[in-house]
Amino acid sequence: MNNQELLELKKTACKVRQWTIEGVFNAKSGHPGGSLSAADLFTYLYFKEMNVDPKNPKDPSRDRFVLSKGHCCPGLYAALALKGFFPTDEIKSLRHIGAMLQGHPDMKHTPGIDMSSGSLGQGISTACGMALAGKLDNASYRVYTMLGDGECEEGQVWEACMFASHHNLDNLCVIVDFNGLQIDGNVNEVAGLEPLDKKFEAFGFEVIKINGNDFEEIETALNKAKTIKGKPTAIIATTIKGKGVSYMENQVGWHGKAPNAEQYQAAMDELNAQLKALEAEK
Amino acid sequence: MAESKKIATRESFGLALCELAKEHSDIVVLDADLAAATKTEIFKKAYPDRFFDCGIAEGNMIGVAAGLAAAGKVPFAASFAMFATGRAYEQIRNSVGYPHLNVKIAGSHAGISVGEDGATHQCCEDIALMRTIPGMVILNPADHYEMTAAVKAAYEYNGPVYIRLGRLAIDSFNDPENYTFELGKGITLHEGNDVTVIATGLVVYEALKAVKALEEKGINARLINMHTIKPIDKDIIIKAAKETGRIITVEEHNIIGGLGEAVCSVTSENCPVPVTRIGIEDIYGHSGPALGLIEEFGLDSKSLAQRIENIVKK
Repeated sequence: MNNQELLELKKTACKVRQWTIEGVFNAKSGHPGGSLSAADLFTYLYFKEMNVDPKNPKDPSRDRFVLSKGHCCPGLYAALALKGFFPTDEIKSLRHIGAMLQGHPDMKHTPGIDMSSGSLGQGISTACGMALAGKLDNASYRVYTMLGDGECEEGQVWEACMFASHHNLDNLCVIVDFNGLQIDGNVNEVAGLEPLDKKFEAFGFEVIKINGNDFEEIETALNKAKTIKGKPTAIIATTIKGKGVSYMENQVGWHGKAPNAEQYQAAMDELNAQLKALEAEK
Repeated sequence: MAESKKIATRESFGLALCELAKEHSDIVVLDADLAAATKTEIFKKAYPDRFFDCGIAEGNMIGVAAGLAAAGKVPFAASFAMFATGRAYEQIRNSVGYPHLNVKIAGSHAGISVGEDGATHQCCEDIALMRTIPGMVILNPADHYEMTAAVKAAYEYNGPVYIRLGRLAIDSFNDPENYTFELGKGITLHEGNDVTVIATGLVVYEALKAVKALEEKGINARLINMHTIKPIDKDIIIKAAKETGRIITVEEHNIIGGLGEAVCSVTSENCPVPVTRIGIEDIYGHSGPALGLIEEFGLDSKSLAQRIENIVKK
């Protein structure tokens, strides 16, 4: 990608982070940490990678995305709204009674959401089903699913991985948002997740390890994934939980907590300053 | 009564899938390493490209089915009732029920008639579990002809459906010439006004033989075959309650959460009458030949006739 493209992606990611904070602040609850860690991945997927049309969100030939770590939907909602699937104003009523935007993704009511998710471990299985349907139909669409690192402790994830490689689902790309923290602490202190790359390899995946907060590395990995034939790809994207809001970065306490008014302002000021600096770069 | 041909409803299910698949290319079938037992192997042989064995991983199978449905396929996912509805309950609840996806779940080897495998495999809770999921349709066909029609109806209905299959070969008592299946509508198999017996699944034919035997004793029992447990046919229940004043339900399932309680919820709110629930009385089954177990649990025609007579004469 050229510098201009890179700059635009960075600006969009900054806006995704702002709308994430906006949503969680207005909801007075939700999951900012993992939304912010994945904000660059959401941005690249929706603004560069995926073939999707906000005017035709159910187009059968579209690429699909399943947010298996469904609790990080504030980040996904921000990306979808900025892409034009629904007005950004919807984000202000996230998690409110009668709101379109539910606490976890709801495919029945939210344009752009390809699968309801939230119960960890289940999204990757549904993504396998979509990828299998694509194979049956000789369709060219790709299926992307994002998992949390902690989510990989669910047994169903590995059932799905066995299925994906057994059925040669090379149209499936699994992205692990490896921010290293889950509710009870560091992922390796809670349940001993590592070596995660070796696990995916053993389950028949092509494994690519990247910095998930670096657009050039994201692009290289996703482009390589498209060239892998006969097996699915797992991108293990190391990220910073809370990325972009300094007081949230690498703090497990911001996994599932909303900022108060003062913290909200501090986060927005910081993100505004980042956006201004990017705009000055031209 | 049509000439009786013994066939297990699991086999009728496998045959029906093959028949339907001839016309409908969107049907795909999933199993969890039990194709030989659930009889999806019949489909597998006929349509190997549309059959996917998910291995012994029921939770993933249900998720894969959800994804297939979201991409336009009509998946039938089969396993034993115990594992399909028990092991994968939450996957059904969140990945199929909540988004109301067009997934058909088949639970074979339901009830005590599994026989020798014993309690771990004798699922008497599947109907209860599936009833709690909003929007789930529950079908429990009583013989070959009913299963054939029910599979077609499940395909034609757009949304999640649970179909209960049995292991034991049973009589095909319905008359194929005159049989019609309407989803959500019970079928009156025998007229009578002394009492109403409402039965479902494998025990319907046992109940039919029982009410016929009682006729000779001067007891005129109405018999309703309730092949759809959800949505339950309220009208036929209310009418029966009003006209006969007493209901007896018969099911090869825990009396907690099954047909009996579904009927009670209708009568208690609309036309309270005494309802006696005959079924598995909140206990586990155990090993033994299926027919022996059915007798032991009092669900064979002779036991049912006696139990119905006792209730009526009380």
